Amino acid sequence: MFESILITIATAATPLLIASVGELVVERSGVLNLGVEGMMVMGAVTGFGVALATGSPWLGVLAAIMVGALFSLLFGFLTLTLVTNQVATGLALTLLGLGLSGMLGEGFVGQPGVKMSYLYIPYLTDIPFVGKLLFGQDPLFYLSIILTAGVAWFLFRSRAGLTLRSVGDNHTSAHALGINVIGIRYLAVMFGGACAGLAGAYLSLVYTPQWIENMTAGRGWIALALVVFASWRPWRVLAGAYLFGAVSIGQLHAQALGIGVPSQLLSSLPYLATIVVLVLISRNRRLTMVNTPASLGRPFVPDR
Amino acid sequence: MRIELVKRPEQSRLFSALSPFIALGLTLIAGAIMFSLLGKNPVDALYFYFVDPLREVWSLHELAIKAAPLILIAVGLSVCYLSNNWNIGAEGQFTIGAIAGSILPVLFPQFQNWAVLPLMLIMGMVGGAAYASIPAFLKARFNTNEILTSLMLVYVAQLFLDWLVRGPWRNPEGMNFPETRNFHEYAVLPEIWAASGRANWGFVFALVAAVVLWFMLSRTLKGFEVKVLGQSPRAGKFAGFSASKMVFFVFIVSGALAGLAGISEVSGAIGQLRPTISPGYGFAAIIVAFLGRLNPLGIVAAGLVLALSYLGGEAAQISIGVSDKVVRAFQGMLLFFVLACDTLIHYRIRFIGAPAKTWEAAQNV
Repeated sequence: MFESILITIATAATPLLIASVGELVVERSGVLNLGVEGMMVMGAVTGFGVALATGSPWLGVLAAIMVGALFSLLFGFLTLTLVTNQVATGLALTLLGLGLSGMLGEGFVGQPGVKMSYLYIPYLTDIPFVGKLLFGQDPLFYLSIILTAGVAWFLFRSRAGLTLRSVGDNHTSAHALGINVIGIRYLAVMFGGACAGLAGAYLSLVYTPQWIENMTAGRGWIALALVVFASWRPWRVLAGAYLFGAVSIGQLHAQALGIGVPSQLLSSLPYLATIVVLVLISRNRRLTMVNTPASLGRPFVPDR
Repeated sequence: MRIELVKRPEQSRLFSALSPFIALGLTLIAGAIMFSLLGKNPVDALYFYFVDPLREVWSLHELAIKAAPLILIAVGLSVCYLSNNWNIGAEGQFTIGAIAGSILPVLFPQFQNWAVLPLMLIMGMVGGAAYASIPAFLKARFNTNEILTSLMLVYVAQLFLDWLVRGPWRNPEGMNFPETRNFHEYAVLPEIWAASGRANWGFVFALVAAVVLWFMLSRTLKGFEVKVLGQSPRAGKFAGFSASKMVFFVFIVSGALAGLAGISEVSGAIGQLRPTISPGYGFAAIIVAFLGRLNPLGIVAAGLVLALSYLGGEAAQISIGVSDKVVRAFQGMLLFFVLACDTLIHYRIRFIGAPAKTWEAAQNV
């Protein structure tokens, strides 16, 4: 019982974690992409459709990653090459993604999807209590942990990561040092898009293997909030994602138990929790000031 | 080939006026391509989308019904965006406005006289404004990101409405359908010209709001304050303008207008509360605000364009069997093109050939 709750929490937390870690890299490079929800929902519809057509959830995941990255290029072209307002363009990406996915997925509604199978290692998975938790989850769960560790290492232990952070903190100086600010930002944006696409595919191939319009249900926005909550640090994103996973699973269990609270109030808990957490973090101005990438959201036009 | 931007010495007036039209043109081209991919004749499809709904008087009325909430919300949002405050939760403020405005006809159906409707409209505005003041308060007091909080509150508002119409506010004589009782005659927003169609006074409210806010933005000190704080918070501070008061001002204005849109929609077009009362007006209004270039008068035109896309979506679904889901994809593309074209106002775009080629060219000279 306890073990199965922990596993469901991990299932709810993983898409948030993947999308947030991607966005964290984007924001560390100084770009604010509010289109996570749109890229995620595009990943969800692509993953579902490709897995349905080919029968292979892995091809679905790959296609979702590619579509997420390509979709984010739209945002990149506008904000980086045409220097449009990042907030407005991110919103546009979300609106476009929600619209396009609704259109593309219309034929998928009500179709049974393909579910990614769980890992099974003989003996290890059978260990009582911790076996399933450690060795019996879906493969993308392990990928999400590796991804977090990889991003943490990349950002704070590698030279390329230092370059990326310098671009995010002061794009003018970085440019003066001969760093290709726009190029690095394009790569970061595409990485974020790929992660969001993967997170979407997780929803439609693991979390609930079916296609429902707007099935991301604000998770892209919660992922954005998690980046702020984590003050732009990968391992704190992981902590935050599991906190939110716990809240959303907790409310589902409470609904199933039928405690005397309206189900709608319970359903709104993850959103309310997001607000509370944002307030708690942002009221500490010094913490946010120190950690926020200084060039976040600011336009950059190289002078030649 | 590379694209390079060259900053214009001042904003291009030509492109300020032209950019929304270029964006519309590009959206139509992209739409035609999309319809061809769906296997439809693009000319037919675009005709049913954008021309057919304009041919009959009654459907012009429908256009006004759809445009009213879009314009009301978008003019409010334009004030927000000009001051660099990002309220994207208008859908939630719309919902709460509709709920607050419906208190009288739903809970006090016996209370029937001429005072009901004005009270409903006021309560709708107060409800929307109060709901919008939550993210404003959190931003002003705790420096919390208003984009995320205002959006989260949309989901909360929708769930609250869902609970109301399925629970305490459900129509006792409604055979368990999730909807409130129908509004009585004093609670219904009258039609402007009932002989020819359904359009109600909501459209008039929208026009009035647009003119009032246009006047405020272009002719008053408050409007100047909005723009200064939006473009340069530091300059605003030196001028003695308070950024945190501005946060409250713009959120309350836009929340009140979204609330008015909500109660007008429920009282005028629907006549009761249901689990879903908006086809995404609060989000489409963001597109309207940018298509209208954040100018309230431009927004009136932009609101009509987006309303046409909703109507055309319904018409095209019936006549050529294109899903109404296409509409939102269309609207999303439109916003992309609008933002891209706005670049032309501030920058000249130079296309630069591959470096090797220019080197050759230099050799020849």
